[in-house]
Amino acid sequence: MATNAELIRVVDVKKEYNNGAIKALNGCNLIVHQGEVVAIIGASGSGKSTLLRCLNMLETPTSGHIYFDGVDLADKKVDLNLHRRKMGMVFQHFNLFPHKTVMQNITLAPVHLKLKTKSEAKAKGEELLARIGLADKANEYPNMLSGGQKQRIAIVRALAMEPEVMLFDEPTSALDPEMVNEVLDLMRDLAKAGMTMVVVTHEMGFAREVANRVIFMDGGQILEENTPNELFDYPQNPRLKDFLSKVL
Amino acid sequence: MWWSNLFTNTSPASFFNFSFLPKYGPYFLKGIAYTLLLAVVSVLIAVIPALLLAIMRLSKNKLVKGLSGAYIAVFRSTPLLVQLSIIYFGLFGAISIPRITILGFVDISRFIPGVVALALNSSAYVAEIFRGGILAVDIGQTEAARSLGLSSWSSMKLVVLPQAIKNVLPALANEVVTMVKESSICSMLGMVELMFAAKTVASTTYISLGPYVVAAVIYFCINYPASKAIEAVERRMRRGDKR
Repeated sequence: MATNAELIRVVDVKKEYNNGAIKALNGCNLIVHQGEVVAIIGASGSGKSTLLRCLNMLETPTSGHIYFDGVDLADKKVDLNLHRRKMGMVFQHFNLFPHKTVMQNITLAPVHLKLKTKSEAKAKGEELLARIGLADKANEYPNMLSGGQKQRIAIVRALAMEPEVMLFDEPTSALDPEMVNEVLDLMRDLAKAGMTMVVVTHEMGFAREVANRVIFMDGGQILEENTPNELFDYPQNPRLKDFLSKVL
Repeated sequence: MWWSNLFTNTSPASFFNFSFLPKYGPYFLKGIAYTLLLAVVSVLIAVIPALLLAIMRLSKNKLVKGLSGAYIAVFRSTPLLVQLSIIYFGLFGAISIPRITILGFVDISRFIPGVVALALNSSAYVAEIFRGGILAVDIGQTEAARSLGLSSWSSMKLVVLPQAIKNVLPALANEVVTMVKESSICSMLGMVELMFAAKTVASTTYISLGPYVVAAVIYFCINYPASKAIEAVERRMRRGDKR
C-alpha cells in the first residue's frame, strides 16, 4: 500500500474553552497519509474526540493549523464547506436526519451541492445500500432501524460524497453489544478497500487489527504513537501502561 | 317556563338578560367570523418575520442578534393596545387604505392596520417559539449536515427547520388561541369583531351586561375546545416521536 502522500497535517493545535480555563487540546501534532488507518485511543476527556472534530473544523482550534490537501483549514479565508465535502464524518449517535428516508439521507448533500443529479445520486445510494445489505430499507425512515443499521447507513451517507478521508467519532459506543460487529465489519471492509480513516475508538481489538498506527492521548496531548503491535505490546509511557492495564 | 325569564322581564343590568339574542344574534355571528379572521390571518402573517427574527436571534453576528432582540423586547414589553394605537394612527395615518369591504363585512381600511399590528406583536412571541423549536433540534443534526459540506443556511433550511417547525406547530396553534382573545382590543379602534359586537349591542339595547356575558361564553367555546385539541395533538406527537 502506498502510504506516502500526506493527506492531513495537524500542527501544534490547541483548543481552549472558557478563555483558557479548560484546555481540551494542548499542542497536538499529527500526520495522516493517504490510505492509512489511524486509531486514536485514550480515556474519556483525554481530548481525542476534540482532536478528531478539529480535523474538519466542527471545533475551531484556538491556535494551530490543520492542513488538508495542503490547505490550512484553520485559515478564516478558506471555504470550509468545499473541504468538508471530502471529509466524511461518522458520529457516535449516528445523527441521521429523522425527517428524511434512508435514501433521502444519502442523496441530500450530493444533490443539493450539485455534485450529482438526482438519478446519479440515487443509483450510487442503491449501490452502497446493496453493498451493506440494506437495499430494502431505502424508503424507510431512520426510526424504523436498529442502531447498527443506523450507523451503517450513516457511514454510507458519508461515503456517498466520495470523501478522501473518513473520520469516525466513537462509532460503536452508542450501540448494543450485538450490533458492534456489523459496524466494525463494514469499517474493516472500508480499510481493506484503501480508504483513509481516522478512528476514535474504545474497541482495542479493532484498533489492533485494522489500524496501521495507534495514537494514545491523555490530558489533551498525544503521548504515544506507534504501530498497533508495538503500542499495545510494548507501551512506553506510564499513563498508556496504566490505561491499557485497565481496558485490556 | 323558568327560562322564559331569561329573555323578558329582566332588568337591563341583569346577568341573565339575554332578550337581545333573537334580534342581534346574527351580529354576534359576524363578530365571531371577524375575530377568527383577525386571529388566524395575523398569526399566519407573523410566521415569516418570526422565522427571520428567530434565525437572527441565533446568529453569531452581534448586530443582527441585537436588532432581533430589541424588536422582541419592545413588542413584548409594551401593551398591545399602545402598539395598536401607534400603528393605527401613526403608520396608517400616513398610508391611507381605501374603504373597500371584502367578504361582505370586513372593511379593509380598518382590518389591515389591525392585522398588521397584531402580526407585528405576534411575531415577537412566535419568534421565541421558533427559537425554542430550533434549539430543541439536536446539535448533532447540524453537525452532520455541516460535515457533509452543507452551508449553515442550507443546514438550517434542509435539516433543522423542518424538524423545528414540526415541533412548534402546537405552540403556534396556541398562539392563534391567544390572538383570538387579544384581538378583542381591536374593538377599541372600531373593528367589528366579537367584542365590538357586544359593545354595540349593549349600547343599542341598553342591556349593559348580557351582551358581554354572551361574548365571554363564545370566546370560551372557541378557545377551550381548541386548546384541549392542541393538547391532544401534542400528546400524540410525543408518543409518535421516539426517533
